[in-house]
Amino acid sequence: MQAKRPLSRAIIHLILIAGSLVFLFPLFWMISTSLKPVEETMLSPPRWIPSVWRFDNYARAVSYGRDVLGYIPFYEYGKNTILLCVLVVTGTVLSNALIAYGFARLQWPGRNLLFGVTLATMMIPFPVLMVPMFVLFRHLGWVGTFRPLWIPAWFGSAFNIFLLRQFFLTIPRELSDAAVVDGCSELQVFRHIIIPLSRPALAVVALFSFLYTWNDFLGPLIYLSDQRMFTLSLGLQFYQSQHGGTEWHLLMAAATIVVLPIIVLFFFTQRTFIQGIALTGIKG
Amino acid sequence: MKRLERRQARAGLGFVSPWLLGLGLFMLYPVAASLYYSFCEYSVLDRAHPVGLANYADLLRDELFWKSLGNTLFYAGLSVPLGLGLALGLALLLNSGVRGLTIYRTIFFLPALVPMVALAVLWLWIFNGEYGVLNVFLARLHIPAPGWLTDPAWSKPALVLLSMWGTGQAMVIFLASLQDVPVHLYEAADLDGASWWHKIRHVTLPMISPVLLFNGIMGIIGSLQFFAVPYIMTPNGQPARSAYFYAMYLYDNAFLYLKMGYASAMAWILFVLILALTLLSLRLAGRYVHYEAG
Repeated sequence: MQAKRPLSRAIIHLILIAGSLVFLFPLFWMISTSLKPVEETMLSPPRWIPSVWRFDNYARAVSYGRDVLGYIPFYEYGKNTILLCVLVVTGTVLSNALIAYGFARLQWPGRNLLFGVTLATMMIPFPVLMVPMFVLFRHLGWVGTFRPLWIPAWFGSAFNIFLLRQFFLTIPRELSDAAVVDGCSELQVFRHIIIPLSRPALAVVALFSFLYTWNDFLGPLIYLSDQRMFTLSLGLQFYQSQHGGTEWHLLMAAATIVVLPIIVLFFFTQRTFIQGIALTGIKG
Repeated sequence: MKRLERRQARAGLGFVSPWLLGLGLFMLYPVAASLYYSFCEYSVLDRAHPVGLANYADLLRDELFWKSLGNTLFYAGLSVPLGLGLALGLALLLNSGVRGLTIYRTIFFLPALVPMVALAVLWLWIFNGEYGVLNVFLARLHIPAPGWLTDPAWSKPALVLLSMWGTGQAMVIFLASLQDVPVHLYEAADLDGASWWHKIRHVTLPMISPVLLFNGIMGIIGSLQFFAVPYIMTPNGQPARSAYFYAMYLYDNAFLYLKMGYASAMAWILFVLILALTLLSLRLAGRYVHYEAG
């Protein structure tokens, strides 16, 4: 719906600019604080731009307490998080693509019933699954390892199956039928016809599972106990609970390190992101 | 044809076999086990033994259960409608044909990307009583600054305020659906001399009502499970348990007190509550939500 009059356009711009400032300010404040000398975090009135830019706050934040007790190995956390992300994203994309293909393109007895059950499981909130999963993984001896955090990702998840199935259904049947007549196996059809045509949908699934793993707090909180195995999210919370409340400049530097990779990723994949959210919102 | 059918059936089961395992192991088994545990006393360290309805009966008498439930409903009741309103308002402004749409959209969406833990840490700093920047702004406007995270009356509103900041995801969904509303509907309304508000009320809202319903239900489900942010910002729901939410009490019962049966009973009550609220939304929506034919 177009706003036609110049006056109403100007008002809309004014509101949007004011809103933008409000929405950007916390991020600006995080970065500004992260670059300040400690005295400047405690000025009243506050100093908006640091008088000197202390980039070494970042080095201090990630090696905090190296020489004293309570050292927080932030590099390890980064490595752990990236490792988990790679394992989860690979597993999620592979397993859900295969499963969705089975639901979308093949006929087999019980398919629709199983698909209905799959959709119904989307209603189940995580707290219902939380306790028995913990008990199960404890029996398997997996508590305290990364395994509970990535192995389930290799066995599909209802939402991603649904998303990819809907996408696969839009690929013309003639393409795969022709390939079958030419003697292709289903796996070859999947690999050489469906996958190349589904890149946008697969990118959405990969991106969202990456984001989920990077951000996940409750999972690592439940399953990880050895401090050296923490992820960035859990590490940041640990850092805050140990050293929060005084050295805000270092805490903001640590927070920026957790946020920045996601923002950079967003700028490189903006189209996938926005389309993906619109897609999951409307079709979900 | 028969041979082809058999081939398809074999291949189909092959393709979905990871999910048969996943569904059973990580979904159906946990659901069944959780229901069973909810009727048991179970500390993980020794065997679960059935206690009938004792967990549920205890919960009904548990003050902290009611407190955490009340806090959660308060939070959901404020953050969901306010968040929807803000997201829809921004989306309407962005959809008015202004220049710089993609820049504004990016800016409003950015905060939704911030990981929960970083979000919590950042807002601890913003709400800080001594050097917090929010109170600096309020002082400039001569508004007396509340003790955001130290005053039991303000801790929940503070968390609602913070949730507004991350409303970008709903906004993007609204914007996409607004862009799908056919232009000819607005043109027809213009011919009839409809005002801006009439067009919103009688064209836009009915056309996007399924998306409004979807965002509302997702908002309810998400806010009833509110956990990471208060776990970090208001540990133990301090001050005075005013920010102690349902999922925090559930987590504490399971992993702090090792009362797995009690926690499972809480999880099932939450599940039933989510189902009831979803069905209620759908029922209410039945009267107002407009679905395009075809």
